[in-house]
Amino acid sequence: MVDGEKQLEHLERKIKDLQAFAREQEINLNSEIRSLEEKAQAIRQEIYSNLSPWQRVKMARNMKRPTTLDYINMLCTDFMEMHGDRLFSDDPAIIGGIARFEQEPVTVIGHQKGRSTRDNIARNFGMPHPEGYRKALRLMEQADKFGRPIISFIDTPGAYPGLGAEERGQGEAIARNLRDMSRLRVPMLVVVTGEGGSGGALALACGDWTGMFENAVYSVISPEGCASILWKDPGKAPEAAESLKLTAEDLKKAGVIDAIIDEPRGGCQQDPAAMGEKLREQIKIVLSDLKQKDHSELLQRRWERINRIGVWTEMENKKQEISQ
Amino acid sequence: MGLFRKSRYSQVGTREIKDVPKNIASKCPACKHVHISRDLSQKMKVCDRCGHHFSLPASQRLRQIIDHNTFQEWDGELTSLDPLEFPGYAEKLDQVREKSGLSEAVITGRGEIEGQLVGIGIMAPEFMLGSMGSVVGEKITRLINRSREQGLPLVIFSASGGARMQESIYSLMQMAKTGAALARFADAGLLYISVLTHPTTGGVTASFAMLGDINLAEPGSLIGFAGPRVIEQTIGQKLPEGFQRAEFLLEHGFIDRIVERKEMKKELARILALHQGGEQVG
Repeated sequence: MVDGEKQLEHLERKIKDLQAFAREQEINLNSEIRSLEEKAQAIRQEIYSNLSPWQRVKMARNMKRPTTLDYINMLCTDFMEMHGDRLFSDDPAIIGGIARFEQEPVTVIGHQKGRSTRDNIARNFGMPHPEGYRKALRLMEQADKFGRPIISFIDTPGAYPGLGAEERGQGEAIARNLRDMSRLRVPMLVVVTGEGGSGGALALACGDWTGMFENAVYSVISPEGCASILWKDPGKAPEAAESLKLTAEDLKKAGVIDAIIDEPRGGCQQDPAAMGEKLREQIKIVLSDLKQKDHSELLQRRWERINRIGVWTEMENKKQEISQ
Repeated sequence: MGLFRKSRYSQVGTREIKDVPKNIASKCPACKHVHISRDLSQKMKVCDRCGHHFSLPASQRLRQIIDHNTFQEWDGELTSLDPLEFPGYAEKLDQVREKSGLSEAVITGRGEIEGQLVGIGIMAPEFMLGSMGSVVGEKITRLINRSREQGLPLVIFSASGGARMQESIYSLMQMAKTGAALARFADAGLLYISVLTHPTTGGVTASFAMLGDINLAEPGSLIGFAGPRVIEQTIGQKLPEGFQRAEFLLEHGFIDRIVERKEMKKELARILALHQGGEQVG
């Protein structure tokens, strides 16, 4: 929870109680209520208008945030979940299936976190095993076969670092997805809704368009991981979050994402339905545009999009030295 | 180097020689035998007592694999910047460039292996642990693309701690970039041999290193996605002996063959020849 949110929640509860009390007792407490509301508003302003990267990390990880399944159910009808990678098992940390978006069939995939601790344990906290990535690729290739656009929801701390995951080729599974996603002949839309945890996120995220929620984060390593490598102190995660440039705004500047999708004040969980609507409108526009493009244009565009990412310099002097 | 430091914990018994003078002698981390560094280099940096393969600087690897006077470097002028102004990164780059004499963590170009022309990439473990930032990703991508355009088979030696933290999202995206380039390369019907050497982990394993038509590895190399320490912390127990080593990956189906360093060039030449319509190699 972001600093100050507890105080805000407390205040909001007070206001509600007071309103109820005033109604029950039929007394006028309007001025008291108004002054409390003003105070709450000021706190909200203070907390949310200038969130630090670390605060955004916390927002992105908030367990109350809607999950991939919530968004699928808000945006789509007729969702049918499909299971398994046909090789080993079904990974509950990634879900996928077929649904209708604005009447049209689409394939949806995404990382799935739990909404409670028990649910989260079943979902492995949204940290996939290789079979999850292989299931996702299977579904994406099916989408390609049947000409369905793909919508992918990104929300994971990362690929799971465990014995089974390594034995079954976590690296190979991610690598294969990265390569084969670049060949998909259908539009692929990616939405980073929460945590974009490194390669584990990227393996579902190489598309034609990437939208990122205002309070989502996306980086090569977690701030805690970065801090413990760099400063041998995971407690310095807030500084690492700053250095990693992991906010939606940073990524927009880096040319890695196409759009930032605003969240309701206080985060998506404050008004999931409104967030769903906003996302639907965005996807509608982008999808209708991408559907105009034929296969070869789509593939060329996707190739150019990924190809230009990176920052370097070419020192001409040195080149001469070598060729002499 | 990291290898030596590690051995201090895991070593049992035998004559302990501490503080081996740098540049003169090297102690084998596996069997503790002390080698004269110059002799070790003549033995391709392989311990003749136990067969341990020492980490190999990129320039030495290049000499071992590519025929004399046939190497032509590509994109050697590509140099990293510090796009995120990451604490300490610019200084670190300067230091490492000076110390290693390299401009970045991979050397790319074209050259011959027993007379057969290939596109070649060799990662440099001595340059920030071979980590992949924008420049490594771009050089590898250009290597793949140029090899495709010139119809050359491709050989990449990996040795990397993974994506380079200091370039955060740019580093991450290099995984997707190299992966996409390899899709086009494969679709052109060309051969890609990936050679995984100690250590190959993280974003390099999870991109171009695992995508060879043929994946080879040097014996004993650590190869994995997550690093051993991260896994131990996550699962709260010690990893079994041999976990994530080349032999383990072979057993689990992710590596085609384990090849000793002294056989590597011959083996590559044989594979290349087998992909050239039946030409014999000497």
